[in-house]
Amino acid sequence: MYVAVKGGAAAIRAAHELLADVRRGDRDVPQVDLAQIDQQLGGAVDRVMAEASLYDRELAAVAIRQARGDLFEAVFLLRAYRTTLPRLGDSEPLNTGAMQVDRRISATFKDLPGGQVLGATFDYTHRLLDFELDAPDLSATTPVCTAPPPPRVGDLLGADGLIEPNPDDGSTPADITRDPPTYPASRAARLQALSRGDEGFLLALGYSTQRGYGWSHPFAGEIRRGFVDVEFVPEELGFAITIGKVEVTEVDMVNHFSGTEDTPPCFTRGYGLAFGHGERKAMSMALVDRALRAAELGEDVAGPAQDQEFVLSHCDNVEASGFVQHLKLPHYVDFQAELDVLRRLRAERIEEEALKEAAE
Amino acid sequence: MSSGYNFAYLDEPTKRMLRRSLLKAVAIPGYQVPFASREMPLPFGWGTGGIQVTAAILGRDDRLKVIDQGADDTTNAVSIRDFFAKTAGVATTLSTRDATVIQTRHRIPETPLQHGQIMVFQVPIPEPLRWLEPRETETRRMHAFADYGAMHLKLYEDVARYGRITTAYDYPVLVAGRYLMRPSPIPRFDNPKLDASPALMLFGAGREKRIYAVPPYTSVKSLDFEDHPFTIESWDRPCARCGAADSYLDEIITDDRGGRRFVCSDTDHCNQRLDAKEKAA
Amino acid sequence: MSGPILEVRDLEKRYGARRAVAGVSLDVWPGEVLGIVGESGSGKTTLLSAIAGRVAPSAGSVTYDGRDLTELADVDRSRLIGDKIGFVHQNPRDGLRLNVSAGGNVAEKLMAAGARNYGALRETACRWLDRVEIGRDRVDDHPSKFSGGMQQRLQIARVLATQPQLVLMDEPTGGLDVSVQAKLLDLLRGLVDELGLAVVVVTHDLGVARLLAHRLLVMKDGLVVEHGLTDQVLDDPAHAYTQLLVSSVLQV
Repeated sequence: MYVAVKGGAAAIRAAHELLADVRRGDRDVPQVDLAQIDQQLGGAVDRVMAEASLYDRELAAVAIRQARGDLFEAVFLLRAYRTTLPRLGDSEPLNTGAMQVDRRISATFKDLPGGQVLGATFDYTHRLLDFELDAPDLSATTPVCTAPPPPRVGDLLGADGLIEPNPDDGSTPADITRDPPTYPASRAARLQALSRGDEGFLLALGYSTQRGYGWSHPFAGEIRRGFVDVEFVPEELGFAITIGKVEVTEVDMVNHFSGTEDTPPCFTRGYGLAFGHGERKAMSMALVDRALRAAELGEDVAGPAQDQEFVLSHCDNVEASGFVQHLKLPHYVDFQAELDVLRRLRAERIEEEALKEAAE
Repeated sequence: MSSGYNFAYLDEPTKRMLRRSLLKAVAIPGYQVPFASREMPLPFGWGTGGIQVTAAILGRDDRLKVIDQGADDTTNAVSIRDFFAKTAGVATTLSTRDATVIQTRHRIPETPLQHGQIMVFQVPIPEPLRWLEPRETETRRMHAFADYGAMHLKLYEDVARYGRITTAYDYPVLVAGRYLMRPSPIPRFDNPKLDASPALMLFGAGREKRIYAVPPYTSVKSLDFEDHPFTIESWDRPCARCGAADSYLDEIITDDRGGRRFVCSDTDHCNQRLDAKEKAA
Repeated sequence: MSGPILEVRDLEKRYGARRAVAGVSLDVWPGEVLGIVGESGSGKTTLLSAIAGRVAPSAGSVTYDGRDLTELADVDRSRLIGDKIGFVHQNPRDGLRLNVSAGGNVAEKLMAAGARNYGALRETACRWLDRVEIGRDRVDDHPSKFSGGMQQRLQIARVLATQPQLVLMDEPTGGLDVSVQAKLLDLLRGLVDELGLAVVVVTHDLGVARLLAHRLLVMKDGLVVEHGLTDQVLDDPAHAYTQLLVSSVLQV
């Protein structure tokens, strides 16, 4: 009897019911609610928002819960939702200089205007499992920084001409979600791709530039984190109004540059920006951004992090995860075609060898 | 139709963008048109290019058929057919003859296509020169210059090494005498069906963000050598189910002692033949 | 052909404020081998790259067979340079496909030009291997397994297979052992004679220049400081720089 090796609609439905069951887990354990995810798993929410490129804590929490904490899956859910949203307009560029910082550090100056503000950080914590964490003593709350926005380190260096200027040329930046990619990609397009790129991939690439796969002498010029206003100019008003606040982490990496015939030696910038507490991501992004400028600055393109086609076409984890996992789909037909070729080749070889033996 | 989403899921501006790309693709047969591929609710690599193309061309009166490996009832085909049944509410069909739009992964149906039908192919890697040159900037130059010596080089290497061309599927073709094209991972067996087909052939690569097309009645030539001509797969036995001797066969392993059966990969074709036999009997 | 096969006029290549090639003119006649010598940084390799269309010149013209290459559309220039003008890289790895058989390397350009008979392609490839003294039994081997000298000979076979009229060579013997160099030079000289090729060869090695070139240009700081017949330039250098260059190497 012919039995088709086929799934069919019923099997798919059953698999999805099983998933729902596994997702919920033991019914005696209360279901995690969205506020808990938002408040207590903020790192996961931040990462999902960054890689989905959609700033919405609640939707990110919905996605994380639906994906049973699988953050790739959550990013994918949120992206697929984001792509259907109507586009009402573009906000004004974020003015991170006016950021109300809750963290701001510089590795280049011991002290500087505005000071070093550590804020909430894992840095300097001892990574010891804390078995008492479920009963923390938070009676003494630490005051948050309310100082006025500090000047940027980049601007301090820029005043002496020590760092390349970073002028706004007034052009409309590319939109990688609306325009197909072309190479070489503009820096705006590259930064967008990196900003939504997979954190692990960027981390590894950034790391590789420090280990010699690409020329790199970075200093963390400034890392700042906090809330910034989002401003929008409605057509009927003609002036900018604040429509909300987003929390971002911004990194300005300062890199050595030896100059060319036309340009004296100066520092150059690598830039990183990520939603929420995204310091690791923003730092990696800044390293890779600078590495990708190698060609523009007349440096050798030798390491993978300097190769824009390599970086940009592989940094998106929604694309990467989909294509890697598509190998699970049936390939009977192609496999059959390969089998056919292989069998013929083997038959020919056996025939040849038989002839050879007969001749001997 | 499920609420909250537009007809066939995608919003109208996105469909317009896709249709513009499709028109360009039809106007330049075989040329890969970049398009701003969207995230779909299905993963990249699982047919998002084909789904976007289908969403862009689907009308309310269309009858959609979806196949994967030639079969209507493989998991991915079922999933995509359900997706459009839900988001567009269009009629679906298993019959090649009745379908107006056929989305496919890895096969072209055995039943000859007709004028007015549209095939939509899901494409994993659109670039035929990718095996030799990973860089898009370089492959685009090669296409622009029709610099295709490298593609024949692969065939040369096959013959030098194995005595025959061993490319088994996704076999490269030259479209309308100009652009080199990957027909998507269909077996060689299906390549001749592309040539001068009365149907419109559309190809969508979602992850790679490319669309290309073969308009009806366009020449599609499989690359080969004069002394090593293009050949297709053949089997020394007919379909164990319907007895067809001229269709592409799937190999089914029936036990762990080497038992095998060969049956049509095209389930609709196989079933139609069985029905006809039963009626005749 | 009645005139020079290659005419270069006032060719200039600037990088920012620096002039790598500062107004060079030269002619190459059919069957003639022109050597360009000078120390590294003299602009000789940039000049060759500009002639080959690998870098866009800042000013001047490069006329091949009556057509100004700098004015041609990219596609036409690329075809001409692939077909009628050959380029031999210093490092054979830059001119070969290392993951493709030796035969495939020779056959590729013929296929690009439309050859579609496998048997004929293979025979042509074998004949070229004969000519560059690579055994026919290596036709299916990948050049990654070849020695440096063999790789360079294969590159030459690949370049000559399309029967170019003009061949540009950038330090063709650079990076090879002395004994291997000698063999390669001998082979090159034979092929150039036999095929009547016009050649522009860039080298810092005056021994190579003496063995291959009919005429020499001496370059310094992007300028041609002296030119003339090879023996005349090497044995009786007029310019101080050439005198220095000649005296700094052992006489061949």
